[in-house]
Amino acid sequence: MRPAESTVSQTNGSQPLLEVRHLTKVFGSRETEVRAVDDVSFTVRQGEIVAIVGESGSGKSTLARMLLRLSEPTSGEIIMDGRDVTEVKGSKNLKPYWREVQGIFQNPMASFNQFYSVGRVLRKTLALTGEKYSKDEEREKLSEALRIVGLDPKDTIPKGAHQLSGGQLQRAMIARALLVDPKILIADESTSALDASLRVTILNVLKDLRDRLGMTVLFITHDIGQANYIADRVFVMYQGEMVEQGTVDEVLGNPQHEYTQRLLADVPRLGGWGTEDESALEPASIG
Amino acid sequence: MSTVFPSAAPDAALDPDAKSSILGRLHRLATQFSPRFWFALALTLAVLFFGFVGPYLTGVEDPDQIVGGLYMDPSADAWLGTDNFGQDVFTQLIYGTRTSLIIGIIAGLVATFIGVVIGISAGFYGGIVEEALMGVTNVVITIPSIVVLILLSIAIDSRSIFAIAIIIGITSWPWTARAVRAQASSVRTREHVDLARLTGANTFSLMVFEVLPYMLSYIVMAFVLQLTSSILQEAALSMLGLGPSDSISLGVMLFWALLWESIRTGAWWAFVPPAIFLTLIAFALLLLQSSLDEVFNPRLRES
Amino acid sequence: MQVRDVRAYYETRHGPPIRAVDGVTLDLEHGEILGIVGESGCGKSTLAAVLSASGPPNLQIASGHLTLDDRETVDLARSGGTPREWRGNVVSLLPQRALNSLNPTARIGDYAYDVVRAHNEKMRKREALELAGGRMEQLGLPSRVLDHYPHQLSGGMRQRVVTVIATLLNPTVLIADEPTSALDVSSQKALILMLDKMMEEGMISRIIFITHDLALLSNIANRVAVMYAGEIVEVGTTREVVRRPEHPYSKALIGSTLEPDPEQRGQVIYGLEGSSPDMRNPPPGCRFHPRCPYVMDVCTHEVPPRMDPEHNYATCWWVKKEAEQGHETGGVNRVTDERIAAAP
Repeated sequence: MRPAESTVSQTNGSQPLLEVRHLTKVFGSRETEVRAVDDVSFTVRQGEIVAIVGESGSGKSTLARMLLRLSEPTSGEIIMDGRDVTEVKGSKNLKPYWREVQGIFQNPMASFNQFYSVGRVLRKTLALTGEKYSKDEEREKLSEALRIVGLDPKDTIPKGAHQLSGGQLQRAMIARALLVDPKILIADESTSALDASLRVTILNVLKDLRDRLGMTVLFITHDIGQANYIADRVFVMYQGEMVEQGTVDEVLGNPQHEYTQRLLADVPRLGGWGTEDESALEPASIG
Repeated sequence: MSTVFPSAAPDAALDPDAKSSILGRLHRLATQFSPRFWFALALTLAVLFFGFVGPYLTGVEDPDQIVGGLYMDPSADAWLGTDNFGQDVFTQLIYGTRTSLIIGIIAGLVATFIGVVIGISAGFYGGIVEEALMGVTNVVITIPSIVVLILLSIAIDSRSIFAIAIIIGITSWPWTARAVRAQASSVRTREHVDLARLTGANTFSLMVFEVLPYMLSYIVMAFVLQLTSSILQEAALSMLGLGPSDSISLGVMLFWALLWESIRTGAWWAFVPPAIFLTLIAFALLLLQSSLDEVFNPRLRES
Repeated sequence: MQVRDVRAYYETRHGPPIRAVDGVTLDLEHGEILGIVGESGCGKSTLAAVLSASGPPNLQIASGHLTLDDRETVDLARSGGTPREWRGNVVSLLPQRALNSLNPTARIGDYAYDVVRAHNEKMRKREALELAGGRMEQLGLPSRVLDHYPHQLSGGMRQRVVTVIATLLNPTVLIADEPTSALDVSSQKALILMLDKMMEEGMISRIIFITHDLALLSNIANRVAVMYAGEIVEVGTTREVVRRPEHPYSKALIGSTLEPDPEQRGQVIYGLEGSSPDMRNPPPGCRFHPRCPYVMDVCTHEVPPRMDPEHNYATCWWVKKEAEQGHETGGVNRVTDERIAAAP
């Protein structure tokens, strides 16, 4: 594993926005203990897109839930903007944290309550800011967020989740997070359930948010191709541990950990698997 | 993966043909559900009509009025003859049905309410809360409810309709609680609940606004089941002579008929009508319950 | 193997049926792996269900003919699909999560025995296990997994074992419907390499490999068919379709495939806007026209022609027009075309 300090010194050296120290989550009791996340430490700086790559069971989603404060860590600290938030508990006390850290999830169809309009969850999120808005101001705020992600407010706010497509809902979910103007957006496999041609458009929305609004994005995925496309830095998780951290060029260009090397070798490519290149386009079985 | 990204929303309301005419809408509604559902609904409504509107149509002021002697044959004056007190059986049947339905509805509501509160709390919180609540539930399940019912109804002084209904309600909620718990603990893990939590929603509003709506169909169906079993339990209690002391119910009718030897004397009109009505009510409600499944679960309908 | 004009509709209680597969024609040579790629809802899984006789009750086959080797041609509409007695020994299906839905108390060997016995009642259990065990050893899998229960195997191993069992009777065609979607990349690769080996050893003579993952498909298929809205819009050798796709939909699909390559870093790749059409009521003319960056007037009302020879083709008006003018149409243009641009 690359020492985490080396990656810190490589970039501009500003104070980290998010710092995670020895974060651990253990499920089950003594005999059936599973260390879903095992002593994970890293830092994220303002305005960067960090991809956390891992297979199912690597602990990446558990990590995301802990960072969103939806799940209590067994041990370790989460430090946001220099403040330890690990001990902050309860929905009321966590509101200020959720103004700064918001999330988007994997399955857009399951992420909206099908009994309400899309507008309802947007308005609830806006209320998180604590500001009092008039009806008109509220509508203007919602419309603004929806336009940023390329949705027509009139066709989105009153609609139920079943009336919108997966891509539209995924954009609405991003717009929802934008309403509180968070410092960090945590996207947990939020493009995996989408078709390939739609996936890139959502990734472009995220990239655009960083470029235009300076948003920090923690992009959690199993797909090393997506990480390569969107991220500035890549962290690799394997069996609950973070086995490698570095810039995209470092990690994907010169992987150090055995697992990362295998991941890169086995990912299918249009031209064939890494070393076998051309031969795969004409399998031996022809004729 | 196919469910994640459907093509344009198949929404019935968008169909122009259906929207254009009232007839079209009616036709659509009629063919939306199976004939079985409509039959069950019609039967249920007929029973409700008989019990709740019937009393106003008979023109009888006092249902307990004595109209003749003991066990008179059915006639033009008394369509179903008279009972052991000389009261009109048909009138008694109407009022008895009403009482049975009222007890069933109140008991069903009480049982469903307790069951939902306990089930949803257990399922949503999980952990120790769940184990404690389900422990209590399982203990209540293992106690034979009819014994509790008998003891409770002996113990209380006034056996009003309301008291009987409450007694039945507080002994029959565990099944609902168990079913609701299972549902709640699965709905709890849906992503929309996490999303609501990220907006700062507290536990109460998560349970009521995010989890409960997903179980409404289920709860309605559980209520209909509770309603049915409460009506039958009331009949069982009443036949033991522990029914409501201030009104007539289908079970009370059977109790008196048995006590006054209607079977031996051949006065079939005293016990056959209430027995048939009990069966009919239970049949209508159970049929409705099973066809509700189809109403709430469109996938069942399509195939 | 010839598949002709398959149309399969899902009945709905109201309104028109969902035309999931709408006129699909395919040819498959002996020893060939044909890949079918498309996004969710394009009808590729329905096609798999029709060909493998595993469709749900409300799937109606409106038309279609199937010819396999020297067997008599089957009229799919009349027989209600591929004959059920062909299952296992002529046509075999490899589904996405094969063992997850099966009885967890049965051992892997029991499934192998069931498959063999379905077509050969005389075979004894020990013989069946020997056959399966031999196959596994031949393919580098430990034969002792036959004594295991499904839950004792990893997802990747399970899928490989099921593949071996599904092909014990040397089916004429194996239909693999998203067999790798639930697996991690290393298990995907292992399964693909095993399928390749099985073709070499003659255990399977043809594979129809259905997936949404074009990159993966390009590693196994000899030819690729691109499916959109119930129709096949382009067919060609894998090399041609991947390197020089003709149909605008194929171009978009290939263009939006993300790979861990340095040249994709910092680039902007545009995808497709909109979603697949409602198959109760598909758009007139070319079904892709509402999302197509090259859309012309004719596309909106006339069904596009099939361009090029019978084994390789694309159905597109734009390709025809460009070809008539002597322009090159093949290729992927990732960044340049502003009309594909979706992001605000």
